[in-house]
Amino acid sequence: MKKTRYTAFDFFLVIFLGIICITCVLPFVHLLAVSFSSNAAVSAGKVGFIPVDFTLASYDYVLKGGKFLRAMGISILRVVLGTLLNLALMVLTAYPLSKDELRFRKVYVVFFVITMLFSGGMIPTYLLVSKLGLKNNILALILPGALPVYNMIILMNFIRGLPREIEEAAWIDGATPFQTLSMVIFPLLGPSLATVGLFSMVGHWNDWFSGLIYMSNPDMYPLQTYLQTLLVNFEQLLQSSGNGADIMAILSKMNARTGRAAQLFLGALPIMMVYPFLQKYFTKGLTLGSVKG
Amino acid sequence: MKKKEKLKNQWQYHLMLLPGFLAVLIFCYIPMYGLIIAFENYNVGAGFASPWVGLANFKYLFNQPTFLRTITNTLFIAIWKLALGIVVPVTIALLLNEMKSSKITRFYQTLIYIPNFLSWVIMAGVLMDILATDGAVNSILASLGLAPINFLGSSKIFPWTMIWSDVWKGFGYGTIVYLAALTGMDPALYESADVDGASRWVKITKITLPLLMPTIILMLILSLGNVLNAGFDQIYNLYSPVVYETGDVIDTYVYRLGIQQAQYSVGTAVGLFKSVVSAILIAVSYVLADRLAGYRIF
Repeated sequence: MKKTRYTAFDFFLVIFLGIICITCVLPFVHLLAVSFSSNAAVSAGKVGFIPVDFTLASYDYVLKGGKFLRAMGISILRVVLGTLLNLALMVLTAYPLSKDELRFRKVYVVFFVITMLFSGGMIPTYLLVSKLGLKNNILALILPGALPVYNMIILMNFIRGLPREIEEAAWIDGATPFQTLSMVIFPLLGPSLATVGLFSMVGHWNDWFSGLIYMSNPDMYPLQTYLQTLLVNFEQLLQSSGNGADIMAILSKMNARTGRAAQLFLGALPIMMVYPFLQKYFTKGLTLGSVKG
Repeated sequence: MKKKEKLKNQWQYHLMLLPGFLAVLIFCYIPMYGLIIAFENYNVGAGFASPWVGLANFKYLFNQPTFLRTITNTLFIAIWKLALGIVVPVTIALLLNEMKSSKITRFYQTLIYIPNFLSWVIMAGVLMDILATDGAVNSILASLGLAPINFLGSSKIFPWTMIWSDVWKGFGYGTIVYLAALTGMDPALYESADVDGASRWVKITKITLPLLMPTIILMLILSLGNVLNAGFDQIYNLYSPVVYETGDVIDTYVYRLGIQQAQYSVGTAVGLFKSVVSAILIAVSYVLADRLAGYRIF
């Protein structure tokens, strides 16, 4: 084997790309440092990438208030219910559509694909959900996107790629379509289900807009919607969070910047925790979707 | 012949399809029908069957200077995002591909992909903090002796803040797509170039880039449908009335008009205009993707 020789250009590359890649994470490191720093240090502009005058005051304030945790609870419930519903509908729809012999298959496919090209848009959907009486109901966050059509098609293409003999063996043994799906096909869907499931989870966790328009009661806000309102009015919220003496005590250690930083960090934490899986399966998802030939 | 008897119990497959069919029928097709209120004067009692007003809402809209500027703003921001959203990831992928240590390449890939998964609410919070007039970026500029930049409050700079922060959030995804395309390449091509004594630059421009072309064309075509999407999540969370002149886009306009001010019919008229144009662009781009890059999603 030839020995790799390094030129000046190679070192330049490592450093140049390193700087660019570091800029993708440095802002978050800065935010983290701010969240653990004191009011005085942050106000004086002393905080870079390491906490100055370390304090947990911001996290204490956030977690004691209760609102943050309630919003997080709603988000977790939404992610669990929403993802399960997405997965169930995607599998149940993708499996029949993977069969060329299915009567009206073309009609069904066109019916679903049209929704990828054209949609009613924000206002008619909003009016429909309101009319159905779903406002301030967690179902409003789950039902409108119950079947992610694009991901269902990815799954359908994956099922089409499975060898047909497996199913035929089950049919000969007298298995019904439901039995074939649940006992033969479903166990083979592992990696592709993980991919579309992760798409769903991240989508549900990150969505803030449906919470904003469908929840008129702020107590029903999912976490990202709650965080969105903080971007605008955390200052006032902090000022009104108790009587004069309490506020003085709070503000002696933290301020709006450190408090907001702490909440943003906590809001990003679940995504960071599943990031290794995301990286693995999202790259897989890139190749899952395309049909060859 | 043989196939017909193979698929027994057809009705069970149709039963499986039923829940998904109903979900889409209710939450996609009814709102599509609801677009009809763009031609009506919507009132809550009558719902989608409100009094017919024809094109009055559209006439009203196209006489609003505040609406017309959202079209140019949207196109400006979206087209720059589209162009840089291709140029930047391709450049980074080509450079990462030139790195000799695969360990460092992998580590760098891990870093650049992170912002892609965070919501725009989180990203907006981070950007508001570091781009504030007294934020981290401006204190770095000050220490370099440069004048401070009002990233979010100046209508001249605001669109560029949107464009570059979007590129920053999303280039990791594109880079991974292009790197994935590069890993499938035949090393023999490079070996024969080495024998001919080709320089690195020649190898990049004459071998790697042409091999990437199909993927680049595909990504370009698939993003065509987004020409009217300037990025609602991002702009809504970062803009303010001071920058409406250059920063207000179609989607933010629809939201303010339709939901906040409850002018449902006029808001839907804007939405319908946008949906029709986008649907045509998406349909065209799918056909182009099939013809030019051999890519089909269904």
